[in-house]
Amino acid sequence: MNQRAIVLYLHVHQPYRVRHYTIFDAGVHHNYFDTPYEDRTSNERIIHKVAEKSYLPTNKYLLELLQKYPEFKLSLSITGTVLEQLERWAPEALASFQELTRTGRVEIVAETYHHSLAFFYSREEFEAQVRMHREKVQQLFGQTPKVFRNTELSYNNDLAYWADKAGYKGILTEGWDKVLDWRSPNFVYRPAYTENIRLLMKNYKLSDDIAFRFGDRGWSEWPLTADKFTHWLNESGDATNFNLFMDYETFGEHQWDESGIFRFLHHLPGEWLKQPGNTFMTVSDVIDAFEPVDHVDVQQTITWADTERDLSAWLGNNMQAQAITGLYALEKRILGTGDLALIEDWRRLQTSDHFYYMCTKWFNDGDIHAYFSPYENPYEAFVAFMNAYHDLLFRLSKKGVKI
Amino acid sequence: MLGWELPPNNSGGLGVACFELCKSLAKKGADIEFVLPYTAEHDIDFMRITPAHPQNVADVVKAGIAYDSYKYVFRDGHTEWIDIHGQQQMYEHAVDRLIRESDREFDVIHAHDWLTFRAALRVKQQRGCPLIVHFHSVEADRAGREFGGNPLVREIESMAVLMADQVIAVSEHTKKAIMREYDIPASKIRVVHNSINPNDIQLLDPDNSYKYLTEMRVQGYHVVTNVGRLTIQKGLPNLLRAAKEVIAREPKTLFLIVGSGDQYFELLQLSADLGIAKNVIFTGFQRGKRWRDSYAIADLFVMPSVSEPFGLTALEAVGYGTPALVSKQSGVAEVMKNCLTVDFWDVAEMANQITAFVRHAALRDELHKNAYREFQKLSWDTSADKLFTLYSEQLQGAAA
Repeated sequence: MNQRAIVLYLHVHQPYRVRHYTIFDAGVHHNYFDTPYEDRTSNERIIHKVAEKSYLPTNKYLLELLQKYPEFKLSLSITGTVLEQLERWAPEALASFQELTRTGRVEIVAETYHHSLAFFYSREEFEAQVRMHREKVQQLFGQTPKVFRNTELSYNNDLAYWADKAGYKGILTEGWDKVLDWRSPNFVYRPAYTENIRLLMKNYKLSDDIAFRFGDRGWSEWPLTADKFTHWLNESGDATNFNLFMDYETFGEHQWDESGIFRFLHHLPGEWLKQPGNTFMTVSDVIDAFEPVDHVDVQQTITWADTERDLSAWLGNNMQAQAITGLYALEKRILGTGDLALIEDWRRLQTSDHFYYMCTKWFNDGDIHAYFSPYENPYEAFVAFMNAYHDLLFRLSKKGVKI
Repeated sequence: MLGWELPPNNSGGLGVACFELCKSLAKKGADIEFVLPYTAEHDIDFMRITPAHPQNVADVVKAGIAYDSYKYVFRDGHTEWIDIHGQQQMYEHAVDRLIRESDREFDVIHAHDWLTFRAALRVKQQRGCPLIVHFHSVEADRAGREFGGNPLVREIESMAVLMADQVIAVSEHTKKAIMREYDIPASKIRVVHNSINPNDIQLLDPDNSYKYLTEMRVQGYHVVTNVGRLTIQKGLPNLLRAAKEVIAREPKTLFLIVGSGDQYFELLQLSADLGIAKNVIFTGFQRGKRWRDSYAIADLFVMPSVSEPFGLTALEAVGYGTPALVSKQSGVAEVMKNCLTVDFWDVAEMANQITAFVRHAALRDELHKNAYREFQKLSWDTSADKLFTLYSEQLQGAAA
């Protein structure tokens, strides 16, 4: 009997949103991320809301599933910025994640602590953030990540080469048609120019059926049941692994409880495990279990976002480009101060979400962007960010750094 | 007097000009009733302020800038947002009713800008007294001269200049625009320049609101500012294009853009497209101390308007210690000789002059010293004198 596994991988992340920060704050208040609780950009309020709507109920269901089905396994990536916020404002939600990992069947995936795009701007900074994340995961979950994912599942040959050298056994990205061509994402691959590392590619069709289309009453497949979904998988022909990669907040936040998403999750393992040979694997398990079927060459950066599957949602317009290049241009000067608070603020500003909020692709993808943004429009996001940038300059200047 | 706004509910120069003119006129003994299209508290004792409420409307609440919608609160409690043309019509009919029911007598009707012109014609129809229409700007100018502006507005302006007994323009520049757009003989138009009262300039707080810019200046940066509505008439895209050239030569130059308006997003995007986003700071609309500090923090004030009927901000800048570079298409240069001028379209020359300012403190200081001397001689009283003479002429004409 051939084994076929669902590889469920959920990404947990919250940024430190920049408040309505004006030029009159620059040089006066350095609290870019603090705002009254009722404000749209209040990080504390948002973490409370997401914990209540998503983290706590989802973890409750996941724990039940782990207890009920010995075969059930999943993988999580949790950024440093969300872990800090959970520690500070929602410790019960953090405890519920720790309870999951204590089952030994939940694997934590490596990434940058600050959910940044540092790989594309500064290799040193990128490595520092990966190190910070590894230490945080070891401290909170007692495990050392073995598989890597870069922010927004951004990926290219360079990154795979780096991850291979850094000793990771696997790396995750989008199963984008332009890269896979005629091939299926439902197998293990090997990145081009590497030997040891393996590549897992998201089955975006199946993942997005859950993450994006689940609650859409206009969708021809609505309502999606666990029964129907597993039927699709069972009828998929040749496959070893179904890579269901999505934002953790799909459960309860992007798809509300009312949509039936929790019932779907609750029934999925039972339905899937009915057929002999069907199982669940973590990202490490699947790499151990199956040999790569081919190598995949990705010369241009791909991501899991938007219809373009590139970095254009973060770096596609000049506001985004100016903001991010301005920020990374400060690297040496900021790190040179040795001022930990300043360095941390600079790193928090690297979180990719800030640039996502500045995206001006209004149509098709734009509505998704608007849903996730705490700002009225991309311009407001840009101005708040740049004012914080100006304040970084002010702080450098006060320390006698030439600017 | 029929007007559209007064401080502190003004969006720009129109409200300030009306306020100052009335204050000076009242000093000379004019008894003024000023009719506004909205409800507000004013700290004004030198004239009577009457809100013109349309029938069944209890309150009109002004929101934001001149061309936004106003909120009309009806007596039955429901509210409606009404756009600029709707407001103009509501005002016209409200004023008509107000005058019909009023037993006050008027010698002269003085109306400020197109929004009040139809109402003014209604009053003239009823009372038959002389009508003076006062142009603070012309539609073609507001529209950046590209298409001549909104035809509905042009129709009102063109009818008003024909039917008025006297037309006033705030500058020779505007007088020419009225002649050009509406084929009115020069003899029917008088210029009454806007002005400024040097005594109204408030003492600057040495603790400037722009802490960041203050620090950057210590680090050898220079600040170039513009204060005004972000709209096509103001020519700001050319200032940003010039800024790119300046920054290429003097990277330690920051541009402070103070104001709000329909071009805000476009200008933000343009500053990023030009690659100068880090050097351009947008503050939004500011009043009071922050507004004064915007002038005071700068080395140079630039007003690159495509067509500026007057341009009070340039005088305010001089009052707060900053010399001005204004476009040749601006009226203010008629009363202030000591300012630099440049064609609004001449980006290279604009960049050249700004760069020179940034590089040479002596140039900046000398220009400001001389400009300030002129500034101190200015007064709204001079403008009010001219108006008073015009009123007398009209009254004699009416009597004859």
